[in-house]
Amino acid sequence: MEKKNKKELDLTNFTDEVVAAYPSKVGKKRAKSIVINDPDAIPKIQANIRTIPGIITQRGCTYAGCKGVVLGPTRDIINITHGPIGCGYYSWLTRRNQTRADKPEMENYIPYAFSTDMQDSNIVFGGEEKLKQAIREAHELFHPKGIAIFSTCPVGLIGDDVHRVARQMKEEFPEVNIFGFSCEGYRGVSQSAGHHIANNGLYKNLIGNNDNPKRKHKYAVNVLGEYNIGGDAFVIEDLFEKIGVDIIATMSGNSTLEQFETAHTADFSLVMCHRSINYVAEMLETSFGIPWAKANFIGADATAKTLRKVGQYFGDQELMDRIEVVIAEEMETVNTAITKAKAKTEGKTAMMFVGGSRAHHYQELFTELGMEVLVAGYEFGHRDDYEGRRVMPTIQIDADSRNIEEITVVPDPTRFNPRKSEEELAQLKEAFDIEFNEYKGMMTDMKKGTLVIDDLSHFEMEKLIELYKPDVFCAGIKEKYVVQKMGIPMKQLHNYDNGGPYAGFKGAINFYKDIEMIACSTIFKQMKAPWESEEFVSAEYVFN
Amino acid sequence: MLLRHTTAFEIDRKALTINPAKTCQPVGAMFAALGIHGCLPHSHGSQGCCSYHRSALSRHFREPIMAGTSSFSEGSSVFGGSANLVQAIDTMFTVYKPEVIAVHTTCLSETIGDDLVQIVSKANEDGLVPEGKYVIHCNTPSYVGTHVTGYSNQVAAFVKFFSTATPKKRNVINIAAGWMEPSDMREIKRLTTVMEARTIMFPDMTDVLDAPLDGHYKMYPTGGTTIEDMKLTGDSKFTLGLGHSCTEDACIKLDNKCKVKFEMLDIPIGFKATDRFLMSLSRHANVPIPQSLNDERGRLIDLISDSSKYLYGKRVALWGDPDTLIPLVEFLVSMDMKPVYIVTGTPSKYFDTKMPELLKDIPEAKFKSGELADMFRMHQWIKQEGVDLLIGNTYGKYIARDENTPFVRFGFPIADRPGHNYFAKTGYDGGANLVKQIMDAFLEHYDRTCLEEKVEFQL
Repeated sequence: MEKKNKKELDLTNFTDEVVAAYPSKVGKKRAKSIVINDPDAIPKIQANIRTIPGIITQRGCTYAGCKGVVLGPTRDIINITHGPIGCGYYSWLTRRNQTRADKPEMENYIPYAFSTDMQDSNIVFGGEEKLKQAIREAHELFHPKGIAIFSTCPVGLIGDDVHRVARQMKEEFPEVNIFGFSCEGYRGVSQSAGHHIANNGLYKNLIGNNDNPKRKHKYAVNVLGEYNIGGDAFVIEDLFEKIGVDIIATMSGNSTLEQFETAHTADFSLVMCHRSINYVAEMLETSFGIPWAKANFIGADATAKTLRKVGQYFGDQELMDRIEVVIAEEMETVNTAITKAKAKTEGKTAMMFVGGSRAHHYQELFTELGMEVLVAGYEFGHRDDYEGRRVMPTIQIDADSRNIEEITVVPDPTRFNPRKSEEELAQLKEAFDIEFNEYKGMMTDMKKGTLVIDDLSHFEMEKLIELYKPDVFCAGIKEKYVVQKMGIPMKQLHNYDNGGPYAGFKGAINFYKDIEMIACSTIFKQMKAPWESEEFVSAEYVFN
Repeated sequence: MLLRHTTAFEIDRKALTINPAKTCQPVGAMFAALGIHGCLPHSHGSQGCCSYHRSALSRHFREPIMAGTSSFSEGSSVFGGSANLVQAIDTMFTVYKPEVIAVHTTCLSETIGDDLVQIVSKANEDGLVPEGKYVIHCNTPSYVGTHVTGYSNQVAAFVKFFSTATPKKRNVINIAAGWMEPSDMREIKRLTTVMEARTIMFPDMTDVLDAPLDGHYKMYPTGGTTIEDMKLTGDSKFTLGLGHSCTEDACIKLDNKCKVKFEMLDIPIGFKATDRFLMSLSRHANVPIPQSLNDERGRLIDLISDSSKYLYGKRVALWGDPDTLIPLVEFLVSMDMKPVYIVTGTPSKYFDTKMPELLKDIPEAKFKSGELADMFRMHQWIKQEGVDLLIGNTYGKYIARDENTPFVRFGFPIADRPGHNYFAKTGYDGGANLVKQIMDAFLEHYDRTCLEEKVEFQL
């Protein structure tokens, strides 16, 4: 039986439909962020620019990107939010970055929220003294290895200097690494600015502090931009253990201070979330000579491809053989799972609006399920995440990007050591098509005629669903219940609806099952009461 | 252990809040604004605030939470957010067509001193506010008070902008509703219907944050206090304020503005607070309390008496907001339980005077409100001497697991269980629901952890 039921949709009118409903200036601006894709001649998309006030955006702030995303998952640093109570509160256990501190004596501060809880007197007279006192108290109570300070909006405005406080407190407690982040919410246009600020801080304060990593195997990599949502990083760790390659640092799911400090000793960096961590990948390359390549562990094929890349990079036949054995073993169960799920999912359609990588990565999984991605977009991506890094030189630096510190990174005088020569890298590209220090973006992998939308508004989301009725819509918690009220299944790709892990082969199987569940879930057929249907004929008792 | 760094050893903390029992003002303002029909809350600050608040409320209610943001950039932080707010007002009225936009501030816009009166009047002058529509505002600096203060400020703003006294007084009682679930409000409205009292509840989250799934998304759900009703609150004959921290300010404003007298009551959690609510309503609406409510009360007393063996003397730790903690502690004491540790991050004089009264027969009880009254401190007290039950929001699950202690979820946020917006904890029926949850927590825990020979068919 022909199961394919692909909707022949013309998405070209969408822009006109939505633009007309906006005030004219707003419409003109939004039109540049909505493009019809052509993978052979990738069109320019407007991205990483200010959100229009009042449009109802998915985006968050710089603090969320810095503290919430990049530094939050590290388990042995005490993260103190310097500001009124809200920011620290909302970033307390609200992302699903799982943490495993195996032994009771190992640190794990993840279930804690630390805040200076600034009051009006601190706003008027300054909050530096309170921050210092908070650090002293954190030290007295917990004796942590590291303390990080995160600035919220008012901190920058009243002129508290968190970096000076960090330096002073480091003098008081020389055994503790104390450092600050100027990640006030108003900097930049989204979480993305916070990623950049966090990356700079990692490089300035942590990376390279320790030359003695814990090693077990001959080869070692970093897995960058993997935040262990739902346990994804655990799956990746297991896979690398199976193939016999060390992960020096995962940034930053289930990470430790030591992992950051020794990251420069790895020989290869795999970049999962390009948007949030590409700066560190580049810094490791420039400063220590570690090449990086884009990796993807979302999707079984993508996982296999990424593992093969590792084998090819190290050029060790034994390793490559081991990788093939692992892939073959895992793919058997994967294929059974795909066949089962595909019976329910093939031909269905999906839309996804998440993050700065997920909207790209998850297309792999939907493709494996025989589903079509009609529309996709990022919440805080840049043009390079859409069109590929080739456009980076042409991206205009606006005022919002200019206020993020650009740090100068130079080769480390003693430890710069190119792991591969230019020739070797060229050979690897030639032989295995491994692109180093490159990301080709989402749009090359999307079909011609699909729609790409940056910084989707609530209105646009409603219109997309109303016009094209996808079988599943993917976004985050703020969109979750809106979409479901429309009777459309909604899959959260930030917190996985408490599912997962979705990374690697095992994760792919979890995902197939969850999407199959969505496709088979019957509750949305019950939205109308039986008496609302046409067949129901109302009758009444007649009393004599 | 999850909270492996928490020990019984307390230091005299002055600056570091750990695991807060409060959050910031704007989320309360956003929540309260959802209780007005056709209202779109708007956060005047960085877009992260709005995103965090929408997420927090969405996780808790599992319902759409809509709100706009002024999306401050560094430029607007330096030069002021006027242009952002004016543009936001235009965009929201054009695209989302609310009846009213309820603007609240943030620590950012407060620190730079944005003048909302001036900005909103500019939007009006520019013709951006359509005929018959409203832009109202309240100041909710995050560095003053807590989420409870934000709720209170928003409710007071409804009075300030809408309540109007006309010469025609109406035989209606206003119910200014404090921070509670739509289920709790629905139960209170049911009680007023049973009493045949005419009331206006504001704000009113029923049919907003417990909306049915019927395949049609409504940006402005059917519920919420209508603006028409909100205006009419000025003509009502009396106001009952439920929850001092959340509604007293609004009640005072309504009295000053429209000469509607008021009485402050606790949120009717437990039979004593419910008794007081019904008697007050009876008195002010001049309606009798029907026998059916005696029966409801009797059923609750019956349930408590049946469960007394398991409740008597049990030590309880609670955290949350003053308006709910006060009647909750009273309810526990009235069931012969022992609330021994109570913390709220929200400063409240009423809490500080009420607690010693309620706990006068429990000398070992400790309580703290305001700054540094956090869950870390409460957990330290628990480490010093354990408790039999925890009652509070989802953040308690980490303590519950570490200390192997039964746990009843209550308050905000509850992010890991459904149903709190469906099943009331107010009124006699709500009290019964709460007793059942407490009993379930005790007995499930006992059945799972007791020795095999102690497992019994009947408990």
